[in-house]
Amino acid sequence: MRFFPYQLAPVQASEYAKQYDPLFAVITLLTIFFTVAVMSVVIFFAIKYKAGSKADRSRPEHENLRLEIAWSLPPLMLGLVIFAWGATLFVQQRRPPANALNIFVIGKQWMWHIQHPNGVREMNELHVPEGVPVKLTMISQDVIHAFYIPQFRIQYMVVPGRYTYEWFTATKPGRYYLFCAQHCGTQHSEMGGYVYVMSQPEYAAWLEHGGSTPSPTIQTMAQKGEELYTQYNCTNCHGPADTERAPSLVGIYNRPVKVDNGSVVTADDNYLRESIVNPYAHIVQGYTNTMPQYTSGAKGQLSEEQLQQMVEYIRSLTPGTLPAKGSPSSTPSNAGLPTGEIPQRLPATAATKPATAGTSQSAGAKI
Amino acid sequence: MSIAAIKDSDTSHVEQRKNYLNASSTISSWLLTGDHKRIAFLYLLSISFFFAIGAVAIGLVRLELTSPMGQLLGSETYNKMFSAHGIVMVFFFLVPSIPATLGNFLIPLQIGARDLAFPRLNLLSWYIYILAGVLLLTAFFMGGVDTGWTFYTPFSSLYSKTQVTMVIVAVFFAGFSSIFTGLNFIVTIHKMRAPGMTWDRLPLFVWSMYATSLIMILGTPVVAITLLLVVFERVFSIGVFSPELGGDPVLFQHMFWFYSHPAVYIMVLPGMGVISDLMACFSQKRVFGYHFVAYSSLAIAALGFIVWGHHMFVASESMYQGIVFSLASFLVAIPSAIKVFNWTATMYKGNIKLQTPMLYALGFIGLFVIGGLTGLYLACIATDLHLTGTYFVVAHFHYVMVGGTLSAFLGGIHFWWPKMFGRMYPEFWGKIAAIITFVGFNLTFMPQFIVGFLGMPRRYHYYYFAPEYAPYHILSSAGASVLAVGLIMPLVYLTWSLKYGEPAGKNPFHAVGLEWTTQSPPITSNFDTIPVVTWEAYEYTDADEAEDIQGGIEMAEEMGLEK
Repeated sequence: MRFFPYQLAPVQASEYAKQYDPLFAVITLLTIFFTVAVMSVVIFFAIKYKAGSKADRSRPEHENLRLEIAWSLPPLMLGLVIFAWGATLFVQQRRPPANALNIFVIGKQWMWHIQHPNGVREMNELHVPEGVPVKLTMISQDVIHAFYIPQFRIQYMVVPGRYTYEWFTATKPGRYYLFCAQHCGTQHSEMGGYVYVMSQPEYAAWLEHGGSTPSPTIQTMAQKGEELYTQYNCTNCHGPADTERAPSLVGIYNRPVKVDNGSVVTADDNYLRESIVNPYAHIVQGYTNTMPQYTSGAKGQLSEEQLQQMVEYIRSLTPGTLPAKGSPSSTPSNAGLPTGEIPQRLPATAATKPATAGTSQSAGAKI
Repeated sequence: MSIAAIKDSDTSHVEQRKNYLNASSTISSWLLTGDHKRIAFLYLLSISFFFAIGAVAIGLVRLELTSPMGQLLGSETYNKMFSAHGIVMVFFFLVPSIPATLGNFLIPLQIGARDLAFPRLNLLSWYIYILAGVLLLTAFFMGGVDTGWTFYTPFSSLYSKTQVTMVIVAVFFAGFSSIFTGLNFIVTIHKMRAPGMTWDRLPLFVWSMYATSLIMILGTPVVAITLLLVVFERVFSIGVFSPELGGDPVLFQHMFWFYSHPAVYIMVLPGMGVISDLMACFSQKRVFGYHFVAYSSLAIAALGFIVWGHHMFVASESMYQGIVFSLASFLVAIPSAIKVFNWTATMYKGNIKLQTPMLYALGFIGLFVIGGLTGLYLACIATDLHLTGTYFVVAHFHYVMVGGTLSAFLGGIHFWWPKMFGRMYPEFWGKIAAIITFVGFNLTFMPQFIVGFLGMPRRYHYYYFAPEYAPYHILSSAGASVLAVGLIMPLVYLTWSLKYGEPAGKNPFHAVGLEWTTQSPPITSNFDTIPVVTWEAYEYTDADEAEDIQGGIEMAEEMGLEK
């Protein structure tokens, strides 16, 4: 726009942004319409009925129920339409597709720590492939932050003590802003960086290469989780099958679990994390709690990163992947989510067949 | 402005009887007064002082933001400045602004009473406000606070190394000041109306103060306790909000906004009341749809309590919760729209005089309409995802709370200034200031909508990484200096007018309402005899009864004054 050389709208770089902008435009039109309408009438009256003007002032009305209804209903109806439109879009935004690529985010004063399932880590940068739904599972190590990408039109708070998530499908390769949008202390405005959207082959190569600053040995998150699982002797009780002491965790991810207060909870990321840091909260029905509590956080036994790795490992557990108790950890080290799997998988997950952007189960079956 | 100056100026016209300002002049007669008018004056001085502090703080912030690099302040200082601005402006200016000054002054006069129901409680609420203010200033001198006015946990409770505890105690006290004020108003409006002053005959300002008071006494205790819990967690490590101590950080947001969203209506409802009175007087006409305007205040007060969750659409509240709060937020827009339409209709076939208070009132309508409509972007849960936490939100609530409340406050101060002090403000300068304020306000906050949509998060010290934000920030800061001129002007000429303004007489605006039937400034007991009300609110003469304007004014005078 040459007549106005300054940017008026952020770049539209995600599927959500594409759906977002028309809604934004409609509300903007309504805002402009009603502002102009009300102000025109006000100014018109102010001129026409200015004291001393020769205007017809006979028999003004003072109250009129029909008129009140007439001018209340249209805004109400318009409001409800906007509400419904927004709610529909929001529901979609809160339901990540099952095939979404899961990337883990930890916020802490004042940096973003990001880990890809194959173990590649980044700081204040997020690399994602174009055209693939990406789900961010986020947690804070200290205060509340918010993970905000204006060009994707998405934002969600990153809260200590629980996982929150947001998801997007990037549509345009490029570099976009990554902001912390919740005031989090002295260097709040410095807590950010960039989101890089790459083509799928580029991203696959980037991952295989080990990220922007490759380290010689990369373990997948699940592998690291497995080490922790062994280190903390989780296998003693949570083996391949249920025991007297504890239920097996194989295949538990996202399954309903009946707990001792009679309710049913879904064994999602939050439930698994809670069961490690506070096992007393929801004990599976039929068991007594004998599990020790593992403290989290910077001063605790398990960092948030380690907890995410353990959750990721538990997520990867499918029948046959967990060794029977006592046997040496002899399963292939790439159980569940092998290192090489994502780079190989990604080109195949083109928009034409998103369903094959497989969960770990289907990937395991292929191997 | 000294009390002596006011006294001198008033003795100049001999026909005046002693009024509330010069009835006695000792310091103790002011500091121990039970007179609602004197307490209103004390409040007016106090909130002006705090407004100045909040303004200086944000002046520094706006100056800092003219550069993407932030070259004036350190990040710590910057954070303390916007926090000081928010805390002072919300808890020490906007919440008490109209209720404690105009409300205090006008409620007894408008309902035909000699004072509020509990004069000493009224004085106590001022003292508590002052105590809170002293605590707050002490905290600022001891280093200030960097949490923002929202005190989000666990940052405020465990991580901030600033004077959070003392500031929270100050806000806690300020809350009690407003609880006492609200209580006093409710009892006064229920029990002390003059004979014949039925609910249907109350000026709409009184209706809006009634709705405001309800929110004050229902909402403020919640935020008071919530903030106290933050102090408990901070000082005694009692886990309420921090997950490290077994608490829930989002619980704080629920409890905080349960008050603080209704608090938005504490701030704007009194403004709506002022505007109703102004529109009627300067259109010389009954407020159109009196009952709808009155009941919409109550509807806003009621609905205002069930929309707090729209502050937490992205704070991990459940999806369904978010949708319900979104719906409720759309509904609360309707009573506000009804008010705007009725004010506009009031002008229809009116006899409109564009004097200073009316200019502020028209400015209010414009700014409030924009503020209200931009609320739709934030009530709409999908669009809020992108805008929450950005300058868009900042612009939106400044349109409502500053464009709305501050315009109404200034309009109301000008309108009742002759009543409060017996002197007219200079009309010419008044109009200039009203226009400069309106223009400066839009220049300041309109660019913030755009920069917010572009993604600029609020409370950011730097934005060197996003150079496209710079023009909007520079424009906004330039606008802020225009706005500052518009706000300093009334300070100067109103003070000047205390001594040099034209004597106002009983009713310079030909307004109706009991307050205009007493002398200006009123005598200490307000009325010689308590009036008996036999007429409806806003009984302005219908203009068709008087063809020319002079006739109309005389009729209005008769109606208003002689009855």
